[in-house]
Amino acid sequence: MKETMIDAKQVVFEYIRRDEEGNVESVNRALDQVTLEVKKGDFVAILGANGSGKSTIAKHINAILVPTEGTVWVDGMDIAREDKIWEIRQSAGMVFQNPDNQIIATVVEEDVGFGPENLGVPTEEIWKRVEQSLKAVGMYEYRSHSPNKLSGGQKQRVAIAGIMAMKPKCIVLDEPTAMLDPNGRREVIQTIRELNKKEHVTVLLITHYMDEVTYADHVIVMDKGKVVLTGTPKEVFSQVEIMKQHKLDVPQVTELAYELKKRGIMLPDGIITKEEFITALLDCVKQKGREYGNYLR
Amino acid sequence: MIRDITIGQYYPTNSVIHRLDPRVKLIGTLLYIISLFLFGPSYFVRSILGYALAATALFTIIKVSKVPFRFILRGLKPVLFLLMFTVVFNIFLTPGERELFRWKFIRITDTGLKTAFLMGLRLVLLILGSSLMTFTTTPNQLTDGLERLLNPLKKIKVPVHEVAMMMSIALRFIPILLEETDKIMKAQQARGADFETGNLFQRAKAMIPILVPLFVSAFRRAGDLAMAMEARCYRGGEGRTKMKPLIYQKKDYTAFIYFIIYLVLVLLLRKLVTV
Repeated sequence: MKETMIDAKQVVFEYIRRDEEGNVESVNRALDQVTLEVKKGDFVAILGANGSGKSTIAKHINAILVPTEGTVWVDGMDIAREDKIWEIRQSAGMVFQNPDNQIIATVVEEDVGFGPENLGVPTEEIWKRVEQSLKAVGMYEYRSHSPNKLSGGQKQRVAIAGIMAMKPKCIVLDEPTAMLDPNGRREVIQTIRELNKKEHVTVLLITHYMDEVTYADHVIVMDKGKVVLTGTPKEVFSQVEIMKQHKLDVPQVTELAYELKKRGIMLPDGIITKEEFITALLDCVKQKGREYGNYLR
Repeated sequence: MIRDITIGQYYPTNSVIHRLDPRVKLIGTLLYIISLFLFGPSYFVRSILGYALAATALFTIIKVSKVPFRFILRGLKPVLFLLMFTVVFNIFLTPGERELFRWKFIRITDTGLKTAFLMGLRLVLLILGSSLMTFTTTPNQLTDGLERLLNPLKKIKVPVHEVAMMMSIALRFIPILLEETDKIMKAQQARGADFETGNLFQRAKAMIPILVPLFVSAFRRAGDLAMAMEARCYRGGEGRTKMKPLIYQKKDYTAFIYFIIYLVLVLLLRKLVTV
């Protein structure tokens, strides 16, 4: 049994708008009784359309937001505790959407060193960590470059290295690929998967791209501030109907398999990769062929 | 045109100048600027010699710094207008003894020409010198240096660290905001906005639709950045360690010796030449 990294219980979060006199103008419930659990070392993806509350829950894990009701524990610490705030932020690092708006320094290595500097890590140790984390994301050759000259995917990898240098137990990535081109997206997802496998960092990936989710151990689907589906990618994507109800697509192959099945071709549920699809389809054709052969005989 | 502005851009190469302590470079630049102002139009020959000395020093440093010269010259482009303005005004508006040219109310005097030449030279040397500092020092080092130099002010409750941090972030965002301005301008031009024709007033007015979205986006960026910094445990200068702590090395002391030599030469020149 793996230990729990993130534990959210019945979390409610309301964005309250006030007018100039401080009276409540409107209340927007961004999270509604969200309960979720992430185990140590897992790769968990949160999937949701715009306004589903997926970014709001991410900000709770880093104690940027504090729940209106309910509790969130990160590595056993209640995020509402002011005195633990820096410990929480160190154990759950956060990568944001816009790569330009989270790089502080003008040289890659200085930016990666920013986090450890804030933590009060001794100088030699900072250099060691910077080297390690830049190597881990494959950006070590770029250590003396200016971030402005890097591509979006490279900038995002630098941002990830900046978090890794703080030695977090868990990384929360809030739509890290939303502003990248397909190549950049592939780079970043590849990096995240490697960190999860090799460094055993817990990953919580927030996204609305379906194909990024297929690698996750666990998927949580959110809509209108609620958790609507959880399970392995296979389990989640076999619920094509439910996904569509929540304004979400399924990966292209899954969709194709689903449509074919509707037309009477006997394919199994929950196909998420091309390889699976090909084997399943071949099996199906063989089966038909055998039946046809039997019929002729 | 907007991409040409290179002030605040670091040019990464590995040279002695790059590796000098930023405090040395800051003090050096300050001394250099002061030395330029020690020479004025009142003694022409002396000033020419003085600027020649300054230029020699500057070009030696540029050579050592391995920053390509045309890269440094690009820093002059945005101030070209100011430069021309200074030169032209000095040519036409300086009164002098000997008139060289007169046509209606326009007249050019020898002092005018001399002053214009010296002022232009001073401005060029000033900008080249200070941009050399930003080319060879990362903004972070620069602000680190400033922070350390101004550290004594902390005693009288000047928020030195905070100001230094703000400066380094401002410098980091200059190229980003420039790019954004470019983007907004193109977007507006694509929809028929006209920035190129009209008088000064009309052109200034045409800038408003650029400034408004730029401001909005700058504020949004500021919010995002603050959040990202907090997420990385930034909580002010207290208890922070340095990745690149500033310690004077041998080469820094050598650089100080060169400064002193330069200063002595400047002062000698002032003392000895009186024409």
